[in-house]
Amino acid sequence: MTITRLLAGATLALGLASGAMADGHEPTTVGFVYVGPVGDGGWTYEHDQGRLAVEEHFGDAVETVFVESVPEGADAERVMTQMALQGADLIFTTSFGYMDQTINVAEKFPDVKFEHATGYKRADNVSTYSARFYEGRAVQGHIAGHMTESNIIGYIASFPIPEVIRGINAAYIHAKEVNPDVEFKIVWAYTWFDPAKEAEAATVLIEQGADVILQHTDSTAPQAAAQQAGNVVTFGQASDMAEFGPFPRVSSIIDNWAPYYIARTQAVIDGTWESTDTWDGIAPGMVEIGEITDAVPAEVKASAEAMIEAMRSGEYHPFTGPLNKQDGSAWLAEGEVADDGTLAGMSFYVEGLTGEIPQ
Amino acid sequence: MDLSAINPILLLASLMVAATPILLAAIGELVVERAGVLNLGVEGMMITGAVCGFIVAVNTASPWLGFIGAAVGGALLSLVFGVLTQFLLSNQVATGLALTLFGLGLSALMGQGYIGIKAPAFPDWHIPLLGDIPVIGPIIFQHDPMVYVGLIIVAATWAFLKYSRAGLILRAVGENHEAAHALGYHVIRVRLLAIMFGGACAGLGGAYLSLVRVPQWTEGMTAGAGWIALAIVVFASWRPGRLLIGAYLFGGVTVLQLNLQAAGVAVPVEYLSMTPYLATIAVLVIMRAGRAPGSLGQSFHASR
Repeated sequence: MTITRLLAGATLALGLASGAMADGHEPTTVGFVYVGPVGDGGWTYEHDQGRLAVEEHFGDAVETVFVESVPEGADAERVMTQMALQGADLIFTTSFGYMDQTINVAEKFPDVKFEHATGYKRADNVSTYSARFYEGRAVQGHIAGHMTESNIIGYIASFPIPEVIRGINAAYIHAKEVNPDVEFKIVWAYTWFDPAKEAEAATVLIEQGADVILQHTDSTAPQAAAQQAGNVVTFGQASDMAEFGPFPRVSSIIDNWAPYYIARTQAVIDGTWESTDTWDGIAPGMVEIGEITDAVPAEVKASAEAMIEAMRSGEYHPFTGPLNKQDGSAWLAEGEVADDGTLAGMSFYVEGLTGEIPQ
Repeated sequence: MDLSAINPILLLASLMVAATPILLAAIGELVVERAGVLNLGVEGMMITGAVCGFIVAVNTASPWLGFIGAAVGGALLSLVFGVLTQFLLSNQVATGLALTLFGLGLSALMGQGYIGIKAPAFPDWHIPLLGDIPVIGPIIFQHDPMVYVGLIIVAATWAFLKYSRAGLILRAVGENHEAAHALGYHVIRVRLLAIMFGGACAGLGGAYLSLVRVPQWTEGMTAGAGWIALAIVVFASWRPGRLLIGAYLFGGVTVLQLNLQAAGVAVPVEYLSMTPYLATIAVLVIMRAGRAPGSLGQSFHASR
């Protein structure tokens, strides 16, 4: 949308004008491109916390700039180009939909390092990084399967991309494991951030009988809708969303980007930066599970925590066979663990899920 | 596929709620455009109303005062537009777009300390007797009071434009401002009042999102609702009655497509999402009667 683009351009010009004033010892400039506003309370909020951690860690040696609410598509390319032109040394592009734009801009600026979140295309100066959110989804599914009484779990999905599908599968497998009657109702919102639409999606799912809502969108609106309904369980997404605890929010997945952002900035300063693919989970601390509240029965809390520990130590992988695909064909044999390649490109539901993935 | 999972009563009831914010914003813009002013800043006034309403409601713990605050906030912001376009004769399209940008930024600034706070509860209003009627009761008579306020504003606007002398003057100003001026009417004054009414209504629409629909404050939470309101005014060919249909059509499609998805019906989302806009284009082509007010978007100065 033109409006957002204009706004983005203006913010950028303001932000970088101050950067260009610096003289003498040039600080390293790190840029961040955000898909939502920094105050979304979810995904972008946590990326911005990572940015603030970088500022705090390096002090005057590093300057950061960011542009928020950048639409996925051609506008993102303009924002990145402008950032690179204004002297950014390292640019984090923090949404899946910036993938091709990041690659395009990176080609034009071989000396600038790029880091693209949740994508799979890399180049000599483009790294990718993501978190194994599905480990957190497995825990959510486990708790959700125990907590549901209507046996209907509502899932607000964003876009039909591997990351989201992986999350649905992971949650379903572990809900089904503890509750064979469980059914998933999935709504594709086609947005990462639209509080009104997310609230509507949550309301619709509750009206259709769901008493647990999982969300893969970034705002806290579904939490508020569940709170209004009174007897619906939710989980914080991307950020802790603790203000909705102890009920409806009974736990959460927290993305902790700070250590990664600090390490990568350090690598640029030292000149040791190399194109890599990072995919970290609970063990290195990139995925954290927010406090499981007392609204969850003690034995469920204990089994969920045991599962977290098993994933932390590497004993347990959420995608362990036997598992079939939705059409009934075999995917993983007994005891077999899914390889990262299949997970990264996952485009199918596991057996038991109904409905089709939109194309 | 399981269509029986969709409860038609709940579907229609949530349709009324989903349509309310765009209905409020659209009825305000309709009056503004009937007075001959094109204010593209609806989105900016809505979001400003959303944050003003939220701040007032949180600090006073009264949603009603919040809505009043939202109307005042929206009207004040629209006054900026009014002064720029009516006295300084700036271009209405450009000023309106600027107002949207300004409103988005201003609201983000004002809302800094209010992220993650809950709004005071605004309970549904179970109307005695009427609310107990089977089927119709839950659909029409068990909503929060703002749903009815919206409907009352639409009905009042219709009566005002059709039957009142002031409404006739407003329409005259919108159709031909030079003729209205020659008859001794204060074109600028009428337009300023219309602009402020539009701002107040847009503010109410925004506050409905932040106080009832979502209900909390997040930056950019209107997410394009203001632009939909502008489309509805054109769809309605500047008539309050059709505006109601338009708002329910646009609001209904959102609710319906989410319901169909949750019930597992494989209708591609894109088709349903584009239907209201296709309907708008179809209406523009088919209904030749839908003529825009004659002086829409033109600046007026008594010396010309």
